[in-house]
Amino acid sequence: MSSRRELLGSVTRKALIYAGLAVMLALALAPIVWIFLISLKTDKDIIASVPRIVFTPTLENYKAILIGVKSAGGETARPEFVHYFLNSLIITSGAVLVSLLAGVPAAYALARFKIKLKENIAFTFLSFRFAPEIAVIIPIFVIYRSLGLYNTYVGMILVYQLVTLPLIIWLMRGYFEDIPESIEQAARLDGYSRFAIFRKICLPLVKPGLASTAILAFIFAWNNFIFGLVLGAKETFPVTVGMLGFISYESVLWGQMAAASMVTILPEIVIALFIQKYLVRGLSFGAVRG
Amino acid sequence: MPIKNRFLARAEAYLFILPAALLTVGILYPFLLSVYYSLTDYRLGGASVGFVGIKNYLDLCRDASFWKALELTVGYTAAALVVQIGLGLSGALLLNNDVKGVQAARSLIILPLMMPPVIAALMWKIIMAPNGILNALAGLKAFSWLGTTGSALPSILIIDSWIYTPFVIVILLAGLRSLPQEPYEAARLDGGSAWFIFRKLTLPMLKPFIFVAALFRTIDSLKTFDIVYATTKGGPGSSTMLLQVKAYFASFRHYNMGSALAMMLVLWAVVYAMSQIFVKLWMKSSKSAMGR
Repeated sequence: MSSRRELLGSVTRKALIYAGLAVMLALALAPIVWIFLISLKTDKDIIASVPRIVFTPTLENYKAILIGVKSAGGETARPEFVHYFLNSLIITSGAVLVSLLAGVPAAYALARFKIKLKENIAFTFLSFRFAPEIAVIIPIFVIYRSLGLYNTYVGMILVYQLVTLPLIIWLMRGYFEDIPESIEQAARLDGYSRFAIFRKICLPLVKPGLASTAILAFIFAWNNFIFGLVLGAKETFPVTVGMLGFISYESVLWGQMAAASMVTILPEIVIALFIQKYLVRGLSFGAVRG
Repeated sequence: MPIKNRFLARAEAYLFILPAALLTVGILYPFLLSVYYSLTDYRLGGASVGFVGIKNYLDLCRDASFWKALELTVGYTAAALVVQIGLGLSGALLLNNDVKGVQAARSLIILPLMMPPVIAALMWKIIMAPNGILNALAGLKAFSWLGTTGSALPSILIIDSWIYTPFVIVILLAGLRSLPQEPYEAARLDGGSAWFIFRKLTLPMLKPFIFVAALFRTIDSLKTFDIVYATTKGGPGSSTMLLQVKAYFASFRHYNMGSALAMMLVLWAVVYAMSQIFVKLWMKSSKSAMGR
């Protein structure tokens, strides 16, 4: 009797859990699905006074943003989207690469060497997160104007270091600290130099962490908006800023904007599903070791 | 170790740091410059830069619109914390059940977090448009969620929470997965109710994780910019004029760099002060959680 009641209890419990999960996922995913549907609609279907669930899907919006075919409504196409997308690719990869080259050795040093003010240095990197972006951007804007770095890829890659460098140093330091020191001591007894230990022993050991950190830094940089908005112009705008071009005073190209959103988030969605295991540590700057 | 070797070892250590240090100096220089400019009457395109001391700060104190923006920003952050920690905790508890398919749910929940906030905001702008799906679902006729004074900021809070509640979920779920199992077995043997176990066991042990999530949400909410810029640009009126948005318009639309920087340094201090609260709480709770 009691086992039957228990069974019934566990079935209701499960049903409740599934119901809760369903509601939660619906809230999280419905907006993305809806925008995906909008990206497949013609402008006529989009501006219908009652949103249409049933419609004939079309790839016109994707065509318009990717190859610049005029859409059925006659709006001007926006092939600049491809340009902005490539800008994002250049700036983001460049920024991550520079940060890796500079940040990974520094992270190793902060994890292993006895350095004066080590904790202060490490904390300085973290404290960049506290600063409001505008506070840093104004002086950078002035400097860039006088150095000719305004609206250049080099300038963008340098300013993106604010996003990628602290993240990479902070996270990689944690991964290096996780390596047992005895491994390195053994190598030192074998006559390896510090740099050889770093390159031949430690780097291979942190490879998974390194890969996930690089990916996460890529995503953070890819998502950035404010640096491009202020320090770039048409030639170097990243896709996040270029996206606003779909909104003008006369009209909003909802369909193309939706299609462009889908193309922009697609790489991230694919990537994100792969690095899930490392995500926790990355998002919390190593404060939580998942 | 001979002195020469020790010197070499030290030099090697600094070589490792050198590239990052150079970049950091490059980053720190603008930081210092921002403090200096906040003490000047610097205007973009202006003829000369004059040192005015703390005049910009005194002007801010007298500026009612600054106080309003500060109040709005702090209030917004408090609301975002309550909503996102609350929803995030429920979500994490839900995802902590090992039922079939939960792994897929854990992967899918992070999608909103992975996309650029600007794009999320634009997507919601479509959804919240007067002829959008939200009005159709809510049975409203042509209501402008983002264009009405009373509902604009709450709408931005909805967008913000859609993006960042998954962040809280991810952190708290990691916390829940890392909790030791022994106390639970003991409590179950004692016949404690689920609510009792949650309140007396889970919550105290989860506290450090809650404070970490709160810390990062506080820092980022106080600095909110992207979502507002993509949706309302501070309007209607000044109902969504959060501090960073206000500073953006002061500097890059009205070229009043000195005044905008004074505003941002105040915000910086607020971010620092508020995050210290959570850093302290975090340290304290992780000590007591470990003592268990």
